[in-house]
Amino acid sequence: MVDSNNKTLGETLRRNGVSRRGFLKFCTATASMMALPPSMAPAIAAALDKARRPSVIWLSFQECTGCTESLTRSHSPTLENLIFNHISLDYHHTLQAASGHAAEAAKEEAMHANEGKYLVVVDGSIPLGNPGYSTTAGISNLQTLEETVAGAAAVIAVGTCAAFGGLPKADPNPTGAVSVSDIVKDKPVINVSGCPPIPVVITGVLAHYLTFGTLPDLDQYGRPKAFYGTSIHDRCYRRPFYDKGLFANTFDDEGAKRGWCLYKLGCKGPMAYNACATVKWNEGTSWPVESGHGCLGCSEPDFWDAGGFYNALSIPLGEVSRTASVAAAAGLVLGAAAAGLNYKTKSEAKKRHGRVTVEDLEKTS
Amino acid sequence: MSALDKIPIQIEASATTGPYHRNTLPLLHEIAHALRRFQAEGNSTTLDLGAIPFGPGDEQRLLDFLGTGEVSAKLDAMGDTNIWESAYAGVWIIEHKNASGERVAFQIEITKLPAILETQPEDIEESLIKLQEALENPKTGVFV
Repeated sequence: MVDSNNKTLGETLRRNGVSRRGFLKFCTATASMMALPPSMAPAIAAALDKARRPSVIWLSFQECTGCTESLTRSHSPTLENLIFNHISLDYHHTLQAASGHAAEAAKEEAMHANEGKYLVVVDGSIPLGNPGYSTTAGISNLQTLEETVAGAAAVIAVGTCAAFGGLPKADPNPTGAVSVSDIVKDKPVINVSGCPPIPVVITGVLAHYLTFGTLPDLDQYGRPKAFYGTSIHDRCYRRPFYDKGLFANTFDDEGAKRGWCLYKLGCKGPMAYNACATVKWNEGTSWPVESGHGCLGCSEPDFWDAGGFYNALSIPLGEVSRTASVAAAAGLVLGAAAAGLNYKTKSEAKKRHGRVTVEDLEKTS
Repeated sequence: MSALDKIPIQIEASATTGPYHRNTLPLLHEIAHALRRFQAEGNSTTLDLGAIPFGPGDEQRLLDFLGTGEVSAKLDAMGDTNIWESAYAGVWIIEHKNASGERVAFQIEITKLPAILETQPEDIEESLIKLQEALENPKTGVFV
């Protein structure tokens, strides 16, 4: 439905019988959601009262739908739902009722009716290796992205796949996966990384756009500073144990039972920037560290290849150091053999995936 | 009650007898500073507890310490909001829930009276219209 309901958010809520107190409560929760100080609630109320429905086109590329799951499985009815009720989600593979030509026509209509004003949300990476790896209606992801983004106000890359290439880009990157910002250079791109991102962070970015009509401040990776401004480590409730040098050394030792720091068990909290430590998951019930497992650093570029989830950050990364440690233990010859084997495996993997064509894909299906 | 509450979990130690993560005490000092500022300058402060990295039991420790004072109120707008003054006058605790009873915001306000309790001018305007309509078209039998 394109531009069929151009009421402001304030009008929409009032029409649904929401009192001013209810609206202020909504704004308080929105301020909290956007990680803004509570004193901003009146300013948010004034801005949201006048906010109009933006058109949103959601494109899914090389992804697992986990990002959409994260958003839609959040508790309901929620603030997220209210925000989503207010945007005009004109195209979303998984959620839309229309299919085939009708769905594609809806996207075209939304793009033309809201030229220069609509938001594009992308989840999934874009394969450059072979257009046949991922298509929609026979059109490659690359072409779909370029065409859709041409008339957009901004692009929101949701999830680590869209933001940084993610799991599809993990070594040896068989599909030649790249991120949205590798392709889109002439529009603002906001990266909402995480595997998946916290739902409230996705809606927080949309709420910011709704509220202020602008995009939030971004860090060096194009992520909103409000949510990615501090490391997991700095906001972790176990941080005092790190400062005192109290660590869990195994998952069932006394330190683990007493809730000490998980750094030595591979926690990537010191290099991971995300809001999990405060926003938490599953209705604010818990988050990985509170459940006794270290942070995987899923909101960071190339987290999948960061040297092993259970290696402490102080252990050096990469093949060179692994080869060196093998060589020290078993002699240079064995080390060289291990490195050779590793290289062979990698190059075979690259060879195996590198030559796949559309015809090959059709043959195997 | 959410579906998560139905998962049976055996709790070995209560939240407040488990390890103390030392995140409550600094917050209590912040509240004390804010209360002193309010007394001296009249400036209210709102603390968003959603932004505080609480560990297991920290929130309960905070609430136990603050206790319950003379006033409590319930607001029914897009779900319940529970508001109560702590045992320390001027320190209010505000818990906003959605229609499913899930928390959407949790704050401590250091003030005379939380702003959300005051009747809003927009609601008074609406109220006046509704009252006028009700007086002009009373339900049958009301004033008999």
